[in-house]
Amino acid sequence: MMETYLGLLNLLDSTLRLAIPLLCACLAGLYSERSGVVDIGLEGKMLAAAFAAAAGAIAFNSAMMGLLLGVIVSVLLALVHGYACITQRGNQIVTGIAINMLAAGLTALLGNAWYREGGRTPQLDGAARFGDLTLPFAEAARNIPVIGTFYAEVISGHPLPVYLALLAVPLTFFLLYRTRWGLRLRAVGENPAAVDTAGVSVARLRYSAVIVCGILCGLGGTYIAAAQAAIFLPNMTAGKGFMALAALIFAKWRPVAALGACLLFGLLEAMAIRLEGVPLPVIGQVPVQAIQALPYLLTVILLAGFVGRAIPPKASGIPYVKER
Amino acid sequence: MSAPLAPLPRWADLALIPLINVTLAFLVSGLVVLAIGESPLEATAIMLRGALGFGEGIGFTLYYTTNFIFAGLAVAVAFHAGLFNIGGEGQAMIGGVGAAMAALLLGTMPSIVALPAAILASALFGAAWGAIPGWLQARRGSHVVITTIMFNFIASALLVYLLVDVFRPPGLMEPSSRVFDAGAKLPFMAQAAAWFGLRMPKSPLNLSFIVALVACLFVWLLIYRSRLGYAFRVVGANPVAARYAGISPERMTIYAMAISGALAGMMAINEILGVQHRLIVGFTSGYGFVGIAVALMGRAHPGGIILAALLFGVLYQGGTELAFDKPTITRDMIVVIQGLVILFAGALEFMFRPALSRLLSRNVAESA
Amino acid sequence: MSEKAIQLLSIDKRFGAVHANRAIDLDVKKGTIHGIIGENGAGKSTLMSILYGFYEADSGEIRINGERKRIRSSADAIAAGIGMVHQHFMLVEPMSVVENVMLGAEGGTLTMRGMEKARAEIRRLGADYGLLVDPDAIVGELSVGLQQRVEIIKALFRGAEILILDEPTGVLTPAEAEQLFEVLAELRRQGRTILLITHKLKEIMAITDEVSVMRRGEMVAHRKTAETNPRELAALMVGREIAHPQKGASQAPGAPLLEVENLAVKDARGVMRVSDVSFMVRAGEIVGIAGVSGNGQSELIEAISGMIRRNGGTVTLCGQPVPAEADAAETRNLGLAHVPEDRLRMGLVTSFSAYESAILGHQDRPQFSKGPLIDRDAAIADTEDKMKRFDVRPPDPLLKTANFSGGNQQKIVLAREIETGPDVLIVAQPTRGVDVGAIAFIHRQILDLKAKGKAILLVSVELDEIFALTDRVLVMCGGRVVGERITDETDQNEIGLLMAGMEAAPAIGTPAEMRP
Repeated sequence: MMETYLGLLNLLDSTLRLAIPLLCACLAGLYSERSGVVDIGLEGKMLAAAFAAAAGAIAFNSAMMGLLLGVIVSVLLALVHGYACITQRGNQIVTGIAINMLAAGLTALLGNAWYREGGRTPQLDGAARFGDLTLPFAEAARNIPVIGTFYAEVISGHPLPVYLALLAVPLTFFLLYRTRWGLRLRAVGENPAAVDTAGVSVARLRYSAVIVCGILCGLGGTYIAAAQAAIFLPNMTAGKGFMALAALIFAKWRPVAALGACLLFGLLEAMAIRLEGVPLPVIGQVPVQAIQALPYLLTVILLAGFVGRAIPPKASGIPYVKER
Repeated sequence: MSAPLAPLPRWADLALIPLINVTLAFLVSGLVVLAIGESPLEATAIMLRGALGFGEGIGFTLYYTTNFIFAGLAVAVAFHAGLFNIGGEGQAMIGGVGAAMAALLLGTMPSIVALPAAILASALFGAAWGAIPGWLQARRGSHVVITTIMFNFIASALLVYLLVDVFRPPGLMEPSSRVFDAGAKLPFMAQAAAWFGLRMPKSPLNLSFIVALVACLFVWLLIYRSRLGYAFRVVGANPVAARYAGISPERMTIYAMAISGALAGMMAINEILGVQHRLIVGFTSGYGFVGIAVALMGRAHPGGIILAALLFGVLYQGGTELAFDKPTITRDMIVVIQGLVILFAGALEFMFRPALSRLLSRNVAESA
Repeated sequence: MSEKAIQLLSIDKRFGAVHANRAIDLDVKKGTIHGIIGENGAGKSTLMSILYGFYEADSGEIRINGERKRIRSSADAIAAGIGMVHQHFMLVEPMSVVENVMLGAEGGTLTMRGMEKARAEIRRLGADYGLLVDPDAIVGELSVGLQQRVEIIKALFRGAEILILDEPTGVLTPAEAEQLFEVLAELRRQGRTILLITHKLKEIMAITDEVSVMRRGEMVAHRKTAETNPRELAALMVGREIAHPQKGASQAPGAPLLEVENLAVKDARGVMRVSDVSFMVRAGEIVGIAGVSGNGQSELIEAISGMIRRNGGTVTLCGQPVPAEADAAETRNLGLAHVPEDRLRMGLVTSFSAYESAILGHQDRPQFSKGPLIDRDAAIADTEDKMKRFDVRPPDPLLKTANFSGGNQQKIVLAREIETGPDVLIVAQPTRGVDVGAIAFIHRQILDLKAKGKAILLVSVELDEIFALTDRVLVMCGGRVVGERITDETDQNEIGLLMAGMEAAPAIGTPAEMRP
């Protein structure tokens, strides 16, 4: 019994770890798409941030400097996205693809040029890596059955970016639904003309959203390289930016639901690892690939409205042009 | 709002603007090379020599070009119907599954039967994988961009599953099908040349290159000469006019995505039937995404696509040689160039238009 | 009363080649309702967009309460005390009323306190002006009339002393319009200034104190409403510029070729755009549909031609019933040709070569086909031939469609639709944006077709055109046919009044015979 419970806690722990990069990118996409800018470049921004964070952490022997550099690089890419999509009114999808490719190519190229290890960085250790934080009373709580163990095993013992990402959920909720900026953000993705005629600059609002998107992607990328893996590897984001996009649709562009969707997808991933080759009761052996494909499949089904319906912000994907 | 700018002359629109954009992409690429401490000029020279300087190199270049033609055509056909198909990767994977199934079943038959069947299967499977997102867009309103992204991942998982659990012969460790029987192997170009008594250096270049050129002709006929292509273009340019003309935008969306998917699926002809002679994981290597750069650069015209595909063929082959000569400039440099081409020729397409329009109209005014 | 709330001095605005506003002068007195009336495309909306900061005028001056203002953005307009209710509402549908109202005027970084204030203010405004609406309702779930209230509240919430309403009743039911007018009267009573943009004479007469008339980008007249009448305004609005061609003797009408019975069309929001429309057009007859645009004419012809689905009624072409699910290709095969009201939006593809535009809708005809391919040579030769006969300049089938002038584009469309020998022709706004020379030519073509015994349905907002060409005229208002006259037995004034919904008119002489 106790063993099963500990096994479950272990599964939840890895669920949380796997969900964090998704959550960062998902919230990042939420800001961008709520403002009307579709972002399929989340993947690229995270990857670039992962590289910058690893390189920065190594150079300064400081994980925090890694975080700073990761965020800066990601925001710079976000500004490229913003310039192309908002100022130049370019195609948002095309821009996103360009950013993904630039990030994939540049990180591997520079990584190889700087460290001569085929694009990977050296292992991050010591101060260069985010260490696991033990939350207050975690040790004491370990002895309290169920809740205490849950707190000690699952909630406590993660590196800083995990808590920052989790904190970003209520913060996003607050920003979105309790502040002036959030009100305008929600409006501009639905009907930019309404915002414009209310005397608010559409471009400025969208730029601010795109920058926040960059910051969160920076956090996600930093977590992957400077906490989770403690190394940068070429293409190490491995499609997480796209899965975050799926989670965003799943969450219908809402912050708390985004956490739920990312945890669900993280759980699927954690289970896929554990279920490799293990037969399940009744259904027998489930191919790992089926579990891996499930998030995407579910998203397609949801998007098509077969079960429920996910309706994106009405103006997302469309450059704002004042009409005659 | 300022007054609309004077329209640019046709030559500026078709040639000058793309040229400026692509030049800019290469200039920035040059800066990247500089930044990692190498000489862009030297790198360019090595690349050109590696891609075009000797027979085998040319063979490799054209082998890459073949993939990019299929991928570029796939993106272009969807473009003409106003759709953005970024699912080329997934469609190619599923096309590969189709080609492999036909090849495994019919490989013992003569090539004249087995190869056309396998080619057809690659197209049909790719078409199906493209048509589903098309159908979802047309009938259920889900955006084709998002659906095709999801379908790439689903295809990738499906391919791995099939290779691990279905196609893999007993005892084989790597996820791969068995090697096809002789009938289903598409001859290498060198072999084909030998039939006519010509000698060609050995390279992965195979007869699928000819198929790719035929596909270009087909797409040109389809888009610019056929009634179906006409309908695609009307839907892409003006959906209201389509309804006025009695053309169903929904139906054309499905058809265009099917044809687009078929072309992407045909990438498997080169990789699976022509080179690998078995189905393997990851044979698409991101070529589907290169198709986006190729189509943007080639302005979605088959002629332009051949040129752009050739350019990317040179980049891929030359880049491989370059990585050999200059270990600091890895093949990732090509991905950077791709990204820059997409950025400048696609996303920032109109950046220079206002300036150019002013410049040209002033010249016209002065010369008048 | 004589204090001026708004003064426009010599406002001028061009969009490329289009001169949307020329030297507009306007005085609006404080505390009045001032109407601006004019046909679609007369430049009213552009003028209001300038006043609200959407565009900046090329030249001219704006004075608000006597003070010179530069209005470069909506924020400037709001600061100057101007509020606007746009024709298409500027609302965020998934958000609540209070969120919409406070957008841009939140009163602080956090919304909590501002929201309470806004809620109270919405209730107060509701009580003061009869603008009752639940502050916490979701806007997308409100009726159109209530959404409009939200727009008015939005403007008042921002302290607007001057309220511009752009075609406010276009989307309202008569009862809702009645309520709106009560609100406007109350606002005037409390000292606010209202600028009402409309093309409906009835509204001008009902509520305004003064009225200005616009035509083709110019302000052509100012009147005190009490000192004018609908007849005069209609004449000023429409103007008299087109020379009348010879209509030719009316022939004895032949067999009915187009029969429409009880046709109904709903739009995507479920609003009835066409209700219970019945008429027929016989061989050798031109029937006109007059009406201010936006009264269901577009939906009527799109439903007849199969571009949109009808929600009831029957259509019969040349004796053959048209199936409800027929698309435009099918109605074409049944003998219908259609010159659409907006050639750029649907009649042509501007990025295509002229010959490609010249086969739009006919791309599958055997004449232009070679198996699955288009017979390009045949299409080019045919286009060249049509261009010669219709005097399209330049007569180059390979030139991009966008590079032809409006008149020449229209000739390409007309040639395409006429030359296939249809039995029934629907022509909508055939001379909109067309130069004078081409107008006469286009009219002659339509009359020739009539002489050949075809049935023609002409939809036009230009009364002169209706009178120049038709044998019979139906007037549409609010999606219904509100009157039917023999063209030679009526005049523009009578039709103008019907268009404005001023009279419930009995049908012409022998209704039993004329109605199918």
